[in-house]
Order: sequence, then structure tokens, then C-alpha cells
Amino acid sequence: MAIEVNGKSLEVDEEGYLANLNDWEPEVANVMAKADGTELTDSHWEVINFLREYYEEYQIAPAVRVLTKAIGKKLGKDKGNSKYLYELFPYGPAKQACKYAGLPKPTGCV
Amino acid sequence: MSEPWEDEPEGPVRKFMYVNRRAPYGTIYALESLEVVLIAAAFEQDVSLVFMDDGVYQIKKGQNTDAIGVKNFSPTYRALEGYDVEKLYVERESLESRGMTTDDLVVPVQLVDKDQLAELMEEQEVILSF
Repeated sequence: MAIEVNGKSLEVDEEGYLANLNDWEPEVANVMAKADGTELTDSHWEVINFLREYYEEYQIAPAVRVLTKAIGKKLGKDKGNSKYLYELFPYGPAKQACKYAGLPKPTGCV
Repeated sequence: MSEPWEDEPEGPVRKFMYVNRRAPYGTIYALESLEVVLIAAAFEQDVSLVFMDDGVYQIKKGQNTDAIGVKNFSPTYRALEGYDVEKLYVERESLESRGMTTDDLVVPVQLVDKDQLAELMEEQEVILSF
């Protein structure tokens, strides 16, 4: 499977995650969101950029509980809660946001 | 039905100990152990890790895997704190006989000798050796 981004064809797995981490560019997130019927806002981007930084540092995609706690630490309590994150990413914050961020699916995660 | 953002009722919490005894690369054991540790932690179990024998190399600073073409997963051990996994034990003799000290490790650990390790093992409900 593949998705079209800026005229390039990028390989994805059966669940829509990028096959190659290095293929990612911001437009990838926009294309994936559009396919899910979502328009990305600054709030979405805050989480996506956070995930990319997390991966850069730890080489894994965080589990949802860990993501929620870490977001709370970095962006404040009003954002570090499951309700806020599920409203942004209704398919599961870690799962859907990681996909948009071009990361692998989190280990043992919703 | 509960909303997806509401916490699920807590299940039983068991004491799991993961014993890491092999070098990080060359076999899949170290990486697989780390994966199951992360899963157990995501399910909020009481997780502890032991590094002994060549397993102490798993958390050595300054790993570079470029030449062997596999991912350097040592940064992931530093994520364990965020998963509330803070019981990391290193068997003293294994570390010292390899010419290392705790300063050579990517994460803060507790040094234990063999007798202390035996006591810790006695307290566990599940012990998995990799």
C-alpha cells in the first residue's frame, strides 16, 4: 500500500503507518488526516511535534498513559488528560497521532 | 458503557522481574525483553529489571550500531522512568568484572550483590529470564 504526498508515493503498512520513518514530512500528516476526515489544527500539531521529539529522544512511540503524562508535564494539565487528547484524536491519541507523526504503532497500546 | 478516556477498572498487579543476561546485539533477546517490559509497564504492573552477566552491556553508554546495521535501542531504557519503571538492578560483580562502573550506564541503577539479588527474586511473582 502507498499514499500520495506532494507527488511522491510513500509506502505504508496495512494499518496506514509509514513504512519508512525518514519518508515523513509535515504534509504526510495532512494527507493522513484528510483521509480520516480531520482537519489538523495547531492543537493537533502540538501533539504530533511532541511525539516526533519523544521518538527522537527515546526511539519508541509512547504508550497512551505515558504520552498523556508527558504532555501534561510539557504543555500543561489542561492538555495532559485523556479527554482532551481523545477529542483531538478520536481513534486513540497514541495510535492516531503516532500515525500522523510517521512513527510506528506504540508497543502494547490503544 | 464508559467513554474511551475514562480509566478502565484496575486489574490485579503482579510483581514481574525481567532478568537480562545477554549482550544487546547478535540475538533478539535484549530487544524482546525491553518490548515486553514496556508492555507490562503499559498495563501498570509492578516491574523490575535486572542486568547481569553480558546483560550489563545493554545499558552501556555510547553504543554505536552503524557498522552492524541494526537500531541502537539503548536510548529507550531512558524512557522507562516515564513508564514508572524505576527498579533497575545491576549485579555488582558482572559490572565490575567488565571494567565498568555505574557512570558508564545510560540510566540510574541500584547495584546489588548476588545475595541481595536472591532476596529480590524471592519477592517476585513472575521472573522472566532473557
